[in-house]
Amino acid sequence: MSQLRINECIPSGDLLTPGHLACPGCAAPLAMKLALNTLGSDTVVVMPACCYTIIAGPWPQSSLQVPVYHTAFATGPAVASGVRAALDMQGKHDTTVMVWVGDGGTFDIGLQSLSGAAERNENILYVCYDNEAYMNTGIQRSSATPWGAWTTTTPAQFPEASNKKDILAIMAAHNIPYAASATPAYPVDFVEKVTKAKAMRGTRFLHVLSPCPPGWKCGDDEGLELARMAVQNRVFPIVEVEDGQRWRLTMDHAGDAVEPYLRRQGRFRHLNGEQVTHIQADIDARWEQLLRRVESSGGEVPRAPALAGARA
Amino acid sequence: MKKVMIGNHAVAWGVRLARVEVISAYPITPQTQVVEKLSEMCADGTLAARFIKVESEHSAMAAVIGASATGVRTFTASSSHGLLYMHEMLHWAAGGRLPIVMVDVNRAIGPGWNIWTDQNDSLSQRDTGWVQLYCETNQEVLDTTVMAFKLAEQLSVPVMVNLDGFYLSHTAEPVDVPDQELVDRFLPKREAPYKLDTENPRAFGALVRPDAYMEMRWLQQESLQQVPQALAAIEGDWQRMFGRSYGAVEAYRAEGAELLLVTSGSVTSTARAVVDARRAAGEAIGLLKVKMFRPFPTALLRDALRGVPRVAVLDRNISPGHGGIFAEELRSALYDLSDAERPELFGYVLGLGGRDITPTVIDGIIEQARAGIAPGREDLWVGVNP
Repeated sequence: MSQLRINECIPSGDLLTPGHLACPGCAAPLAMKLALNTLGSDTVVVMPACCYTIIAGPWPQSSLQVPVYHTAFATGPAVASGVRAALDMQGKHDTTVMVWVGDGGTFDIGLQSLSGAAERNENILYVCYDNEAYMNTGIQRSSATPWGAWTTTTPAQFPEASNKKDILAIMAAHNIPYAASATPAYPVDFVEKVTKAKAMRGTRFLHVLSPCPPGWKCGDDEGLELARMAVQNRVFPIVEVEDGQRWRLTMDHAGDAVEPYLRRQGRFRHLNGEQVTHIQADIDARWEQLLRRVESSGGEVPRAPALAGARA
Repeated sequence: MKKVMIGNHAVAWGVRLARVEVISAYPITPQTQVVEKLSEMCADGTLAARFIKVESEHSAMAAVIGASATGVRTFTASSSHGLLYMHEMLHWAAGGRLPIVMVDVNRAIGPGWNIWTDQNDSLSQRDTGWVQLYCETNQEVLDTTVMAFKLAEQLSVPVMVNLDGFYLSHTAEPVDVPDQELVDRFLPKREAPYKLDTENPRAFGALVRPDAYMEMRWLQQESLQQVPQALAAIEGDWQRMFGRSYGAVEAYRAEGAELLLVTSGSVTSTARAVVDARRAAGEAIGLLKVKMFRPFPTALLRDALRGVPRVAVLDRNISPGHGGIFAEELRSALYDLSDAERPELFGYVLGLGGRDITPTVIDGIIEQARAGIAPGREDLWVGVNP
């Protein structure tokens, strides 16, 4: 992808100021910058407890130049529902209400509230930036942590034993107008999805892979590259689902082997060959499942040979 | 306009008259008719509000927090376990200085499951920073619901209006419904000094370090301490416009009483009847109704009880391992009175989980308090079958 194309597609703006408090290499501020500059200043952000509670900046400062309501862990979608209702009562139907929250607040403690809002088809944009563990509290496993990963609550002797929850399928099953995955490592796709979501009404869900160098145990400069690897090796497929029915891949996925991705992260360093094989098999199986979803909903599916052959 | 209505419908009428703009609630017995009536009012257009039908009480409080932070008038209602489930967000609403009004229909806490009344649900929310008002009649429920919005918005504190499950919530009484135009004059549309507004972007509830957190709590305390005075002024307006007022504390036939009963909620009505009978028989028995539990109206209570020989506090609640909650708080409030002025305080725990408090029960308490040589260290449990 050329830089020219990126300059054409990525909106500029200053809704995210310098001086935020993210760790070096954190992808979340990049995602926030892309999202806010795409949505514009007529946006209210609802922020449950997550890394961004810190990143946004302590009182009396804020690195976000839009209204922000910080709220308790489980309550993002419910608070956003209230903000939406109040804005509607004031005739402000075009203001975007965006929930910005991590994987713990989405996959775990906030799932009930999210399901409720999605079932009601609340007119909100929900963005989960997923760094695959409770990073803000010091790297504890969440139900977004991948199988085999080390965290401080899944030590290397007993690494994460559950598969990552398929949050996109869960949200799609609510038949909401829009559910999609993206990563700031592919900013054009990210911005296109936010642009599309902004124009829609009802519950819109964006699942964003957001690398965390301290939690993933990688270099500060490796996060975005790892995110691109996660897309190309199909650990994190880039898709969108409209009305819970029409599944579509919005990018090519080369089908690279997963092992190089794992070996570059300290959180997977303990894995033996057998465990890596297990992870690869799981990725392949989930990719097949995804292709069936895409195909059965009338979407285009890349022809199969790429699977095992690409890695041979 | 007089209407015969149950307490839950009196709540809904109060909300309608206050022209609430966003409601969010989740059903729980015995609060459900509040939710049902408000749904009906929203559906037929008599109340122009958005009603967010959420998946839990935690979300109900969160939703009204979001709406209130955006500048509109908001309401929710719950009971018992629903209120307990809201607990975290009760703190958030109060700490966020949001003028939310809620109604709690007092109901006992499980296990075992019990849908009948006692006050342990709301009293266990004592330290969340909410104003707590307890009602005696359905008329008081309606009037207090409307007045609560004025109080909340004036001081940026949330207000919880309490009524006893079934004794009020499901019992029909004649209720005067105030004229809407007059209520509009009493309670104009909410003007929020701070709100989520994209024209004036601000962050609310962000991280606060030790150098400022304490000042925020101090400001909250300052506002809560103004509540008794503010409520008195609001009730004064209500009295002038509608001819009714209640008081944070109400003394009933207390002149020269040798024994004062202290009550809250619907049991007050029963106690009034008992006091009337005793007075008719020439006995110096009176009553003190405590409507406001938070902020605790210490000064009013000291004034009302100063020099009264004996006080019997009826607690339809229990702080396990301690005692009846009103009695314990009252002991603390009276501590600074001189020995000569300080009443002997007898505490009684009764009526838990909806056990009936009849005139006979109250008569028994009167006899016990009169006969007692001195108050025991622990409150007495009334009517327990060991």
